[in-house]
Amino acid sequence: MSVQFLLQQCLIGLTNGALIALVALGYTMVYGIIGLINFAHGDLIMLGACLALSLVGALGMTAAGPATTWVGIGGLVLLCGLFCGLLNVAVDRIVYKPLRNAPKLAPLVSAIGVSFIFMNVGLFWLGPADKSFPELLPSTNLLHNDALQFTWKDLLVVLIVGPLMVALSVLVKGTKLGKAMRAVSQDPTAAALVGVDVDRVIAATFFIGGFLGGAASVIYGLYINTIGFQMGFQNGLYAFTAAVLGGIGSIPGAVLGGLVIGLVRALASAYVGERWTGAIVFAILIVILVFRPEGLLGRRVKEKV
Amino acid sequence: MATNRAPRTSSPPAPSAGPWDFLAERWELVTLAVLAIAPLVIPALGGALGGQVTNLFIYCILALALNVMVGYTGLVHLGIASFFGIGAYCLAILTVPMYPFQIGFLAAAVIAVLVTAGTGLALGAPTLRLRGDYLAIVTLGFGEVVKVTLRNLEQITGGMKGLNPVPPPGAGVTLAGIDLGKEFAIDPRWFYYLALLSLAGVVLAMRRLENSRLGRALVAVREDELAAQAMGISATKVKLSAFAMSSAVAGLAGCLYAASLSTTADPNAYDFNRSIMVLCAVILGGLGSIPGTLLGVAILVGFDTVLAPWADSWIQQMNINPKGLSYLSFSGWRLAIFGVALVLVMRYRPEGLIPSRRLAAELHEGGAGS
Repeated sequence: MSVQFLLQQCLIGLTNGALIALVALGYTMVYGIIGLINFAHGDLIMLGACLALSLVGALGMTAAGPATTWVGIGGLVLLCGLFCGLLNVAVDRIVYKPLRNAPKLAPLVSAIGVSFIFMNVGLFWLGPADKSFPELLPSTNLLHNDALQFTWKDLLVVLIVGPLMVALSVLVKGTKLGKAMRAVSQDPTAAALVGVDVDRVIAATFFIGGFLGGAASVIYGLYINTIGFQMGFQNGLYAFTAAVLGGIGSIPGAVLGGLVIGLVRALASAYVGERWTGAIVFAILIVILVFRPEGLLGRRVKEKV
Repeated sequence: MATNRAPRTSSPPAPSAGPWDFLAERWELVTLAVLAIAPLVIPALGGALGGQVTNLFIYCILALALNVMVGYTGLVHLGIASFFGIGAYCLAILTVPMYPFQIGFLAAAVIAVLVTAGTGLALGAPTLRLRGDYLAIVTLGFGEVVKVTLRNLEQITGGMKGLNPVPPPGAGVTLAGIDLGKEFAIDPRWFYYLALLSLAGVVLAMRRLENSRLGRALVAVREDELAAQAMGISATKVKLSAFAMSSAVAGLAGCLYAASLSTTADPNAYDFNRSIMVLCAVILGGLGSIPGTLLGVAILVGFDTVLAPWADSWIQQMNINPKGLSYLSFSGWRLAIFGVALVLVMRYRPEGLIPSRRLAAELHEGGAGS
């Protein structure tokens, strides 16, 4: 157990964490704006991965040269992002919107229902067995160091996640839409009073969350290389844990939470054993919720009467 | 806030009570009588069908356990199956030949129920001050932790093989010249009656709970925690009691499950899917409603064990699906059907098929009145 081994695990953890963070953003944004734990988000990403796999097959991307591959991956991210974003908006329109004033249990249970429907679609799309996602990128080491691996795949994660995060923070902090989103998340009624179209802002939030999820689904396929119709649940749970850890509703919190969960997973797999990873992550989740329910970067919100 | 709520007390008995009114008011007794006579009349209940109905009873108990949390108290619990599992494993550890304890079923069941209740308290005590949806996630996470632990502690739980053989209840006990253990092993009707008796006991207990001081406190906390506290109810105590009761009853269901299968089965039997299916049953049937919960379980289990196999064999006979494609088989649509049912119920009838009157009033609050 050398230092290099530890460094390697940290590197794996951070790369994985970036992926988790991307999914966690979808949870945290939707929660921040309508207070819904979107159970179906993980399964939405599973559907995105199904589309990515089908597109890779249909476009014959496995035979393309390196330059075309990179362009193709960009196209995949865009298409799957659009698909997941629009699907998310449609689900919000059809399922969650009529329940805006219902007790909190109603949208939560509906989200579980939507997750079932997505899983069934994924089952028809992929079949019951896990499918392997073709390796589009060479696994050559980019570092001139035998003990430390950083491959094209790892670079890909950084190259996609980095710009998306920057774009998101510009959008939320610098644009009118972002201002409206922040306003709605603080107080929808007051936001509506000053002229914000709340429904449009909510739809936009669902779209952005879904788009990031779609991008994550492509990375997931290329990075993990195995997809299955049940992948949504487990991955969604890790991402949700990350969102809660960072402070749900907080965008930088989701990113930080994702990186921490990624690190914890990698280190737990390396030093305790892979089969305990799930238990360790959820035990951490429970401990955090008990001692610091507002998360690392969240604000403490008083329960309203 | 709606100004008028549904009256709390049930309406006085109608002056001219016909036979249907009697059936409606005494549905538990009538159902119990029918179910108690059934094995004597229907010989099929002495075979595989009897085992399936026993399973149905066990799920009914589990669903009633969940109903205490979600229905009465309004706490979303996504890990009920883990308590089901803890009950099953406790019973197994106390009775299987692999361990030195080998105490009888009854004593083991009592201990298992106490252990699950204690586990519920241990989980509930630190987490109950969390907001509703956070609590849901904690219970979900707890369920995963339990599943992973059961799977990985191979020396104690037998890993994926589970613990077996769990001896039948009454093993080694001879009563009036009948070797009970042997009888349980030979004739599934013994388990049928054991499960039915337990279910009847649980239904009775739930009935008593609904009308007790504690039961009303549970409902008050669900409706408005702050108002309930202002009236002198300790929300923490009430929620903890709900947690303990729910866990204990789920543990009882687990004991019956392990005993009737004579194994704990593998830990995946106690995973999130099972928790969610039970939750679906409670929501579909009617949160906070005993007949609703029972009906919900009957529909879901009926779907899986009766309707789906029947529809699949029909499709096979009609030769619609010669290639065995999953989307041309009925059971291939199982998840989607459950999902659509959940969404539709939440949209159009959040109080479920047989609603509890108070909850229906609460759910329609702020809508078109009650």
